[in-house]
Amino acid sequence: MALINTLLEVDHLSISFGGLRAVDDLNLSIKKGELYGLIGPNGAGKTTAFNLLTGVYKPNEGIIRLDGRNITGLRTIDINKAGIARTFQNIRLFKDLTVLDNVKVGLHNLYHYSTLAAILRLPSYRKVERQMDERAYELLEVFGLKESALLKASQLPYGKQRKLEIARALATNPKLLLLDEPAAGMNPQETKELMETITFIRDKFHLTVLLIEHDMKLVAGICERLTVLNFGRVLAEGPTSEVLKNPEVITAYLGE
Amino acid sequence: MKNYFSKNKDTLITLGIVAFAYVIIEIMVKQGAISSLFKGLLVPLCAYVILAVSLNLTVGILGELSLGHAGFMCIGAFTSAFFSKLTVGVINPDWLRFVFAILIGFVFAGLFGFLIGMPVLRLKGDYLAIVTLAFGEIIKNLMNVLYVGRDSKGLHVSIKDAVSLGLEDDGQILINGAQGITGTPKDSTFTAGFILIMISLIIILNFIKSREGRAVMAIRDNVIAAESVGINVTRYKLLAFSLSAALAGVAGVLYSHNLNSLMATTKNFGYNMSIMILVFVVLGGIGSIRGSVISAVILTLLPELLRGLSTYRMLIYAIVLIAMMLFNWAPSARAFRARIIAKLPFGAKKALNEEV
Ligand SMILES: Nc1ncnc2c1ncn2[C@@H]1O[C@H](COP(=O)(O)OP(=O)(O)OP(=O)(O)O)[C@@H](O)[C@H]1O
Ligand SMILES: [Mg+2]
Repeated sequence: MALINTLLEVDHLSISFGGLRAVDDLNLSIKKGELYGLIGPNGAGKTTAFNLLTGVYKPNEGIIRLDGRNITGLRTIDINKAGIARTFQNIRLFKDLTVLDNVKVGLHNLYHYSTLAAILRLPSYRKVERQMDERAYELLEVFGLKESALLKASQLPYGKQRKLEIARALATNPKLLLLDEPAAGMNPQETKELMETITFIRDKFHLTVLLIEHDMKLVAGICERLTVLNFGRVLAEGPTSEVLKNPEVITAYLGE
Repeated sequence: MKNYFSKNKDTLITLGIVAFAYVIIEIMVKQGAISSLFKGLLVPLCAYVILAVSLNLTVGILGELSLGHAGFMCIGAFTSAFFSKLTVGVINPDWLRFVFAILIGFVFAGLFGFLIGMPVLRLKGDYLAIVTLAFGEIIKNLMNVLYVGRDSKGLHVSIKDAVSLGLEDDGQILINGAQGITGTPKDSTFTAGFILIMISLIIILNFIKSREGRAVMAIRDNVIAAESVGINVTRYKLLAFSLSAALAGVAGVLYSHNLNSLMATTKNFGYNMSIMILVFVVLGGIGSIRGSVISAVILTLLPELLRGLSTYRMLIYAIVLIAMMLFNWAPSARAFRARIIAKLPFGAKKALNEEV
């Protein structure tokens, strides 16, 4: 029965690049609605784990289950349709599209009209586009990006670009949101706001969030449980406060 | 209504410019203010404009390099001319036959775009350039050795010579190898060209502003991010590329129905033509559909306007090319333009900023 409350179940996940075992026997079990942290020193394999979860890399071994469904080996786009959306450590926006259009690309699979309807500007085109605009503006508002909607994504300051990535990921209506260092490059004030926003969207959109972060304040502040990776392997896992007291974890961080 | 205008401002401005130019030229033609040489240039000019805007869909919107756009034009030209020759006198009136010819050019060129794009666009990396380059040359050469004839027994095809078609006495050669197709009905007019430009522009500009167009531009900007939000990359690459090829086919229809004898030479359907169209696109601004229209017109008409200056003609042409390139692409010129734009009232600023 425990499975019913589990959204993401990862069993013995591994991948090697040449001789390097970037992710080595990773096990994860994340409950619905949980805010879960994945931490570890540089090069520990955190981003690689995200790439495995989203189908960018195919694992050498292991199984990934989302909501009971085996999604191992699916294409990235099918994994997104199954309910996983992500952001990127090195921001990947559609830089020449407007902020609004970046989010509307995220809405792509939830709204439909034919090519012909678009070219002939039929009523179905106008109706659906209006719905997409409304939805996109709603999402932008959550992140304080409404006023920037018609700017090009590349014109946004760094912190807002990170927020736009989250908004775009949310637009796909995911069950599980993966955030790769969402606070990187933000000042303490921005980080604090971001923490509030993450908790807020988790509740508002009934999300489960798995996040990679180096900012220990953020991790300690919002993550309920943690997994610590080191050299691709799980070093520790459990409730945040316990894990952060673990001597091995402290050594791994100080040792780098 | 006001909302409708502001949302579609860029499209309407682009269409307005084209319509305005059409009216001016029509008036000049009516008043005899245009030389016959110039008049002869009008239909090809329309074809070049369509070629430029359609190539910009591949290069600027999809972000892939195509070096064989003239190959798709060639497909459109030959399939439609063949069709018109076959059905002249069968389908009436002439304009209806021409409409069918246009559809045939569109469909066949689009089909070839699809067939070429299917394997190539799946690959990561810039393979499209090399494959389209080869395709353009192959199609051109194939057209030079293709013989098709018709007699009471039906159609005959050969890639050797006209004799090996084995036509009966009443037989008629439709495609005669290097001599191509002669006697295609002259259905293309400047007005037809104008209408086709407008239709091409509406198709492309509306496509860009649709969910599928956004998907195409998302792929151009970041493939990995596009996949992460569920965009089927191959599908939308193929869609944009096939549409671009199909519209090049329409340009081919216009071109072939303006000629008494249609031959596939290096100049009209070969590498030279493909590069020339690419030059239009690059100088007009990659991704700027309006820019493609303007640059295709200027760069087609300029050599003719300068004809009087015979010796200096190519020199001036080269200088204009360089000037356009500097104006469109040099960092200082772009900064200068950005400063000018920043001084404009908000509406105009937005129009220029978002121009596609
Ligand atoms: N495609 C790849 N090919 C080869 N090696 C790779 C590849 N991707 C990741 N690696 C290697 O795998 C290891 C883990 O990298 P990863 O990016 O997952 O680390 P990380 O935990 O996200 O680190 P950081 O905190 O610096 O972002 C590194 O040694 C990296 O060089
Ligand atoms: Mg990383």
